[in-house]
Amino acid sequence: MSTQMFGAPIPRNVDPRLLKGEGAYVDDIPLTGALHAAFLRSPFARARIVSIDVSAALAYPGVAAVYTCDNIGSLDMEMPLLVPHPCLIGARTQRPLARDEVFYVGQTIAMVVAVDRYTAEDAAALIDVDYEPLDVTVELEAAAAEGAHLVHPDVAGNIAADFTQTSGDPDAAFAKAEHFTKVSVRIERSTAAPMECRAVAARYDGATGELTVWDSTQGPIPIRGGLAAIFDIDEDKVRVIAPDVGGGFGQKVMLFYPDEVLVPNAAMELGAPVKYIEDRPENFLGSNQERTQVHELELAANKDGEVLGVRDTFLHDTGAFIPYGIAVAQVASTSIAGPYRIPNIWIKFQAIYTPTVPVSPYRGCGRPQACFAIERAMDKLADELGMDRIALRRKNMIRKDDFPYLREGLLFADGLAVRHDSGDYEGAIDMLEAHMDIAGFRAEQAAARKENRYLGFGLACYVEGTGLGPYEGAHIRIHPITGKVYVNTGLTTQGQGHETIFAQIVADQLGVAVTDVIVTEGDTLAYDWGAATYASRAAVVSGNAVYKTAVVVREQVLETASGMLEVAPIDLELENGEVRLKGFPERKVTLAEVATISNPLRYTFSESSKSAAQFASSAKHDRPPLDEGAHPGIEATDYYSPPCATWAYGGHAAIVEVDPELCTVKFLRYVCLHDCGRVINPMIVEGQIRGGLAQGIGGALYERIEYDEDGNPRNANFMDFLMPYATEVPEVEILHMETPSPLNPLGVKGVGEGGTIAVGACVASAIEDALQPFGIERLHEVPLTSNVLHAALDRAKAGGAP
Amino acid sequence: MSKKIRSAAPKAATDSTAEISLTINGEAITREVSTRRLLSDFLRHELGLTGTHVGCEHGVCGCCTVIIDGWAGRSCLTLAVQADGADIRTVESLAADDGTLHAVQQAFHECHALQCGFCTPGFLMSLVNYFERTPSPDLSEDGIRSVLAGNLCRCTGYQNIVAAVRRAAELLNVEGAKS
Repeated sequence: MSTQMFGAPIPRNVDPRLLKGEGAYVDDIPLTGALHAAFLRSPFARARIVSIDVSAALAYPGVAAVYTCDNIGSLDMEMPLLVPHPCLIGARTQRPLARDEVFYVGQTIAMVVAVDRYTAEDAAALIDVDYEPLDVTVELEAAAAEGAHLVHPDVAGNIAADFTQTSGDPDAAFAKAEHFTKVSVRIERSTAAPMECRAVAARYDGATGELTVWDSTQGPIPIRGGLAAIFDIDEDKVRVIAPDVGGGFGQKVMLFYPDEVLVPNAAMELGAPVKYIEDRPENFLGSNQERTQVHELELAANKDGEVLGVRDTFLHDTGAFIPYGIAVAQVASTSIAGPYRIPNIWIKFQAIYTPTVPVSPYRGCGRPQACFAIERAMDKLADELGMDRIALRRKNMIRKDDFPYLREGLLFADGLAVRHDSGDYEGAIDMLEAHMDIAGFRAEQAAARKENRYLGFGLACYVEGTGLGPYEGAHIRIHPITGKVYVNTGLTTQGQGHETIFAQIVADQLGVAVTDVIVTEGDTLAYDWGAATYASRAAVVSGNAVYKTAVVVREQVLETASGMLEVAPIDLELENGEVRLKGFPERKVTLAEVATISNPLRYTFSESSKSAAQFASSAKHDRPPLDEGAHPGIEATDYYSPPCATWAYGGHAAIVEVDPELCTVKFLRYVCLHDCGRVINPMIVEGQIRGGLAQGIGGALYERIEYDEDGNPRNANFMDFLMPYATEVPEVEILHMETPSPLNPLGVKGVGEGGTIAVGACVASAIEDALQPFGIERLHEVPLTSNVLHAALDRAKAGGAP
Repeated sequence: MSKKIRSAAPKAATDSTAEISLTINGEAITREVSTRRLLSDFLRHELGLTGTHVGCEHGVCGCCTVIIDGWAGRSCLTLAVQADGADIRTVESLAADDGTLHAVQQAFHECHALQCGFCTPGFLMSLVNYFERTPSPDLSEDGIRSVLAGNLCRCTGYQNIVAAVRRAAELLNVEGAKS
């Protein structure tokens, strides 16, 4: 191939449409006569519902229906537990509309459907609910302590899950170690905050029995399966479309949110399309969040810095329900040893119910917490042993010849063993160290301190198990008339650029322009086998499925073209949408001609279609037009199912300046080194990293979902929940390493979440270094807001530090 | 499910209405609108101009930014009736009729300055307005970032948007833009 598309930084196919305002997000889908839904949500964290009076709402002009738990039939149920696990104790999931009691502020109690959203909100305000408020314990450690008020009266201790995993012999390691380092770390709750809130629209055709649902989801296929099961209708009668989706970051892989079943139900009952477009406060009150964990981690090491073992026990806040099982905590627990050999691991967690918004994965999914715990401990260990932070890390890294490195006894979130498949972790830290010029920085830091400027250097390393199964598939067809290539996948996009990277993979196999490969995602009518977009798996799982399918299609093209040109397939090459005889480029057929002739026609309808007609020169007259076992057209379907996660990794380094008066943090440099295996499109990969990093910076310095002691959210809006603007996110230098994954044909690893994972640990490390002259304590929590830094500096002053 | 008799559909809301006349993307229109209808909802749901997006409905995220009488403004904080007599431009007005992208759109495409695309129309309208109103734009890193600071993006980390502003300045032949 003269111009390989794999690896090229080409602009995206999807851009022009989005740039011109021609995107079609759920609320942009024109639905004539659509009714609009609004919810009444609980104002109490815990309360008994004594009575609900909807009469005034129902009588309000413009209202079509008011739903409570009493008139939704079989939907008045606990929603599915998505990812069951044996360690779950009393797993609780939410009901679409509360029955008898509520468990967090924002829980849905009633849904009003009216002519427009304005009217629906008016009517929702007229619903009269009589509550009997109950006492709550909101804060994670308090909720896990004895005497805490229970979220679910029958779940003792608020313990939703209790799980311990062991690798190696941690007791023996701790018995023989020479040095022990203990840290307690805390990571606060944040939220994905996609720019497009969640949205659902549904239309039911009573004549055909077909239900069409547009859902701003990451997983239309499981949504369809679930809706068909819940409503007891044939799967083929349900079509779920995730059209353009304005960001997801995990929040939209949760299913079912109440609206996802109630809106289709209303559309079927009312005989009109129904829409629910979540607004921003509702996204804070009703869409899942993640991050709060408190870790107690201890390292057992030798005096030379070799870490023999780790023991970590942590509390994981799962909110009021646990629909996604232990996924977040399990990923955190299996990532706890980071990129280090640490052969002996004991890790225990408890998932704790709190009367707050439920928790499910948000970009990073437990890894930022694990990375924060282990990396802060490694910094402390280095300081205690008087070792260089980088040298300590390098000493403990899994070595090149250790791969594949199995952590026997640890099961990852896909139910498969934790097995670091490949990498060059030492090479990575060498490259990062060389790039940062640490010695030069230390001189600069010393000089700055003389001018009362406080600079600090921080670093953190991470690993990420990416590309989880079970499988994905792809269907590829070459259009007979145009020769364009159509690719259908079961994935969805929320802006990652799959449509372009999949097109690059196909373009290389079929010799067509990337813009002539049209990728469809997120429509169960186009393709309905697969899981969803999550766990940094699109390029790995779908990418390889697309590749394998394209290889099959290429063989079909060569086979058919060899018959047309009367030469052996091996003598042919594919380029510019043509199949040519090598060395004789004028002997060629176009892909369109190949696709056309592969489909014997009874009726012709255009000039080009005549070549496939019954009396065309190529037609066979002595046997069936289709050979036994052959299929018409050039098309194929194939699948890729990964043997286990493939592990990406990297390191972040930052140089910050901290203003000890204003307690603000300014980035002077931020460097991200990463290895996601072979890179399909470096421009898109860098975009993923920069975006993930910005979310990491939000979590490191600003973003914290705050609840008061009664469980009321205190910052459920963009004014008070501080997401970074362009003024808060630094320019990021990106260093690439490429260790091909041995687990899949393309050699790729996932990159969707990697940018986020190490930021908190790296930033804390840098700020701590900057503020050393003040003798502050170690910074073992994020976000490190100005208030947190101010308090730390105050405590240092009170302690009589210099 | 068994066939049920469909309940009578409600006709319309009982909001008071007013007639407004305004110019949208160069076209004069007159419509009867609810007096509490937001300009963003009016553009999107009554005129079908769904390129203007709504991200927060409290004026913080900037997704809904349109140009109102020559100034970038939040259509989610503006009532449709307040736009009576106004000249309004939305993202749909930027590309040429033949589909050629506006310089700012082209720069976003070249620099990979968008991912999900939901916040993008707001950034585009803010920047188009900035370049129109500012003969000598501040193209320093801090200058560009402060121009962008009225719009939130959750996907890109902003760096490519900063690059797109520089590239747009080049395409627009702004003085001081490197070429």
